Amino acid sequence: MKSRISSFSALYFTLLIALLPLNIQASGMSNIGENAPAQQEEGAVDTQEKISAYIEHHIKDAHDFHLFSYNDSEGHRKHVGFPLPVIVYTSQGVRAFMSSEFHHDDSGHHVVAKDGVSLVKYHEKIYELGQGEDHLSFDADHHPENAHAVLDLSITKSVFGFLLVSLLLLFGFRSLANQYKKRSIPVGFGRVLEPLVLYVRDEIARPNIGEKHYKRFTGFLLTVFFFIWASNLLGLTPLGFNITGQLAVTFTLALFTYIITQFSGNKDYWKHIFWMPGVPAPMKVILAPIELLGTITKPFSLMIRLFANISAGHIVVMSLISIAIIMKSSMGVVGATALSFALSFFLTLIELLVAFLQAYIFTMLSALFIGMAVQEHDHH
Amino acid sequence: MIPNLVGAGLIVIGAGIGLGQIGRGAMEGIARQPEATGKIQTAMIIIAALLEGLAFGALFLGR
Repeated sequence: MKSRISSFSALYFTLLIALLPLNIQASGMSNIGENAPAQQEEGAVDTQEKISAYIEHHIKDAHDFHLFSYNDSEGHRKHVGFPLPVIVYTSQGVRAFMSSEFHHDDSGHHVVAKDGVSLVKYHEKIYELGQGEDHLSFDADHHPENAHAVLDLSITKSVFGFLLVSLLLLFGFRSLANQYKKRSIPVGFGRVLEPLVLYVRDEIARPNIGEKHYKRFTGFLLTVFFFIWASNLLGLTPLGFNITGQLAVTFTLALFTYIITQFSGNKDYWKHIFWMPGVPAPMKVILAPIELLGTITKPFSLMIRLFANISAGHIVVMSLISIAIIMKSSMGVVGATALSFALSFFLTLIELLVAFLQAYIFTMLSALFIGMAVQEHDHH
Repeated sequence: MIPNLVGAGLIVIGAGIGLGQIGRGAMEGIARQPEATGKIQTAMIIIAALLEGLAFGALFLGR
């Protein structure tokens, strides 16, 4: 029964991936009503600029969960998805409502009034209008001039995906942990997880951190490894998540590595930073700021690497899907779709590898940095 | 705009040369000592990741 369900879901996702280019194509071909408002054009991608905007929209975080859009028989734009809660801290206190109150508006036109606070959404940022203002106006550089940004604590698409991944991991690993109480060899999905856990412990944590200290950090390394891997894989489904492609997410992950590295650093570690042994005194003075900067650049490169890899992967996959629309006129609908399907299919296979590789590299380098901080030097 | 694009190209050329050097070194190492393949591969991936971080960092800052 279990395997039937999983094969069904695999089939479902394969079909969704296969139908995704067709979906965009269908909405690209259907005509929009002449008097359609500006916002209704979103999703009907048939030019290069619109495709760029579409890809940029996907890469960014969003306040509602949007699967796809289509035009119904009367020419009205229909959006399929569900709203997510918006929680903002305004000058008048906390306001919470569902993102459906913005009515899919992202241009700052639709004003939501909440107990004396007027809020608009412009480019996925929520602004609070000044007192007595009833619409958003822009200065010469297209920046809002009569509104200020609010502290946004919303459950956005990425936060939703984040929570989903956490729940999935909690569920998967709890069932694995419970299995060890009854038997020594796990069954079912635990058989997939167990070798990975052992791999992270024996091939990443143990050789890089050292026999003496590795147990303290294995929990952290396992958490980041499985979180990044699961988030990357979730980003490959057609649901439109881009969790590890958000700079804020990778920043937080890198911050954890930074804090853990600095706080577990022993005497030798700090000595090697501030007063490098074995080099002449003037050199020690020069090396200290460089080494100090090095402690920051290491987690910084962790952050940029994960963010850039996943974002780049998403952009390339979406660009290849867009071939179906761009090449439609020169190759015909079937030829363009076949080409885009073949290319995006193989690129998605590479992205599956990248998803694992990036999780591996992040964990590996975190272990390496922690290992540098805790290792004991035996001076001769 | 154009200096950005030229810079991106230069970054990619540099990163490509670097990756080629890493790959060549690893291949030669594996050919000389096939029993050390695992260790060489791990080291190769780490160095490649460091290089990649540098290249992506440059591309990101120059955007």
